[in-house]
This record gives sequence, structure tokens and C-alpha cells, in this order.
Amino acid sequence: MEENHVKHACQLLLIGGSAGSLEVLFKLFPLLRADLPFPVALVLHRRNSGDSSLSDLLASKTLNPTHEVEDKEPVEPGTIYLAPADYHLLFEHDRTFSLDYSEKIHFSRPSIDVTFESASEVYGAGLVALLLSGANEDGTAGLQAVQREGGRAVVQNPETAQMPFMPNHAITHMAVDHVLDIVGMANFINALE
Amino acid sequence: MIEEEDIDLLLNDMYDLYGYDFTRYSRASLKRRIVRLCSLDKFPSFAELRYRVRNDPSYLKRFVEEITVNVTEMFRDPAFYKSLREEVLPVLGTKPFIRIWHAGCSTGEEVYSMAILLKEANLLRRSLLYATDLNPSVLEKVRKGIFPLALMKQYSESYMASGGSKDFSSYYTAQYGQAKFDNELSEKIIISTHNLVSDSSFNEFDLILCRNVLIYFDKDLQDRVLKLFDASLGTLGYLALGTKETLKFSAVQHKFKQLNREKIWKKIM
Repeated sequence: MEENHVKHACQLLLIGGSAGSLEVLFKLFPLLRADLPFPVALVLHRRNSGDSSLSDLLASKTLNPTHEVEDKEPVEPGTIYLAPADYHLLFEHDRTFSLDYSEKIHFSRPSIDVTFESASEVYGAGLVALLLSGANEDGTAGLQAVQREGGRAVVQNPETAQMPFMPNHAITHMAVDHVLDIVGMANFINALE
Repeated sequence: MIEEEDIDLLLNDMYDLYGYDFTRYSRASLKRRIVRLCSLDKFPSFAELRYRVRNDPSYLKRFVEEITVNVTEMFRDPAFYKSLREEVLPVLGTKPFIRIWHAGCSTGEEVYSMAILLKEANLLRRSLLYATDLNPSVLEKVRKGIFPLALMKQYSESYMASGGSKDFSSYYTAQYGQAKFDNELSEKIIISTHNLVSDSSFNEFDLILCRNVLIYFDKDLQDRVLKLFDASLGTLGYLALGTKETLKFSAVQHKFKQLNREKIWKKIM
């Protein structure tokens, strides 16, 4: 029993989102406990503006330290990381971040699929991945990889999403583990160990 | 599914047979590129990719081109180029002769961007731009100076945002969907293969640009390369890295001073 429990503890929470996902995060972040016992990494499609004000904005909504990833930074529990604009975000086996400037996937860099797939290889069953509102199909292949390695795949309830295409695409192409609205997400995340 | 041990075997082959050492590259990115190549070239298994690499030297060229990232653009991060224009080139302009090294230049979009900056600062005549990469096939593209015409609109916008005031299309001739950049720019570019993993310093430079290359290396290799740059820069020379790269944790950081928010450092000792 104990072993099983340890195996399924959350070692990393990934959140991927595109159009309409920022509003979700702005409502979700204040509902999260202040001392998350695992790291959180956000992959959001956004314009390549080169400014980092988004991480400041997100940081103002939570007591958990929040910042943009720097290359080769260690992945620490209790911290919320944001993938930098225009770079793919990858995970190394020693649990550090790597950045990558290779071609866009689904017209996106950062791509949610790329990050989810990379993390699934490192974190396996310790991974929980959440896919939010968006208008393209990025994320589904990533969620499938997460599940294949024993991790959990969660999507925003498309009925509550400003852009339901992305969560819908996942739901119609795989059996996701949970479909949640914002309050449901907060309860789910706060209950993760 | 490709295992870590498979990657180790392939990287050992690459080194033993061809002298390319990718063992200290960031593994996550490298593995992703290899998986992608397997699917692009429709290898039924990893073993067959490995067999091809071991036994077909002509495939080596493609392998190296595909597993190293060669995505680049002109005037990428316009604020960076603006800073070069306004803060670095006026200082370099006080020298009788200017040597610039683009390390890991890939297909050369940044080299041509720099040549345009130099021309607009009236410095091109007394400058030389050294463009190096480990990959001979991308260097062919630098030599030609031909880029897809479809990208010129975006490049022109970035050029303007960097402080450019000319008509961007005056720098190239459009033909058959391609933009061929002026010989005046390319004749100042010296092209050579150079492998940052294994090769040493080959000249003394006033400015070294190596943007979005170090992210593909592990910490040890990053440190080696930064020492190589330090050894290749004259006093008060400049080093420019990608927007997510830093000197902060390296052994040479105390010898440099960051200029401003852009990732440009000045060598102070």
C-alpha cells in the first residue's frame, strides 16, 4: 500500500493552455494552497513579445513563488515555473529544465505536446498534467504520453472554457482521467500529495 | 520507444566513427531530435537508424543537420539588435579594424543581419565577419546568402523594430520566391567549420555572438565554450548570448560586465 501511495504522489504538475487560459489561471491561482509540495510548470501559447510581465502578473495571484524558467535551472517543489515565450520547455533526467529553439509544433513554441512528452519520460507516474482552454490541437498527444507513462491526464470542462476546442480535442481522442471546472481544479490540485 | 542506452550507443558511434562528440549536449533536446528523425525518415526501429548512421557516411550529413537545431531568423529579438546599433557598434567604430565571430551561426540569418548593421554604421568596409558552425551543410547556405522570400515581411518588421530606417528590400534581389542578399554583404563573411565541443580558439575578436547555442549544451560544456570565448576576445571586447542564456554561473563571469538588459557582456579583464 505504502509503495503504491509513494509511486502515485504528484512529483510535478504541468498546466498547458492557449487562448482563454489566462483567465482560468487568474481565477485558479488565488484558490491554490500557499505551500504546494510539488513543482508546477506552465506552458502557455502567447505572442513572442520578449517581455516577462506575464510571470509578474501570475505571481501576483499566488503566494507560491512564480517565475520564468532559466536554462538548466533545477526543478524545485513549491515553485511555479512559466515556459519562456518562443522556447520549447524540456526536462532532463537530473530534474533540471532545458530550453530548445527548434521548429514550432502545431504552430506553437512553446508547444504543450513537447513539454508534456518530455516530462512524461522523466516523471512517469509522478506526473499530473492539466489541459486548459484553447483553439488548437496542441496538448492531446502530450496528455496521451503522460497517461502511457502512468501519469494522470486532466482537462478543463469544455463547457466552462472560452475556447473549448483544445479540451474537447483531448476528450474525443482519449480517455482522460478527470474533466473539471475551475473550482474542481483547485480542489483537485490542493488535494494532490 | 528509444531508451537512454540506445542514445549512448549512437553517440559513441558518432564519436568513434566520425569524431563528432554529442555526449555533453542537453539530452532531452537531443533525444527529441533523434525520435523526430526516426519518424521523418521512417525508420522501423532505432536499430535501423543506428545501422544507417554506422554504415552510410553520406547519411551522416543529414543526421548531423537534423539533430542539431538550425532554426534561426534575421533580426531576432529586435531590442537586442537595437542595443548593438546604439551601444556596441559606436564603440567598435573607434577601432581601425573590426573582427566579429558568429559561433554556431547555422544558416547565417544573424550574420547577414549584422552585416546590414555594419553597413548602416559605415563600418562594413573595415569589418570581417567570421561565420562558423560544426555542420558543413548549413554553411553552404551562409555562403549563398539566399533565404525564402516569404519570410522577408517578418524580417523587415524586425529590422524596423531594431532601429532600421532603410527600405529592407534594398538589401536583396527577389527571384523565384527567394531573396538573394547583396554580394557587398557576403564578401565580408568568412565561412569555416568549427566545432565548439572540440576545436580551439583561432583568432582574437572584438565581438562574439553565440545566440541560442549554449542551451543545447550541459553545464560543463557551457563552461568550456565560455572559456573558449573568453580566450578569443580582446580586452573590452563584447560577448552576446541568447535571451535565455547567461554568464551568471560560469567560471568566467567575474571577467565580464553585463551591458544592459540585453544579453551582451563587456570583457573588463
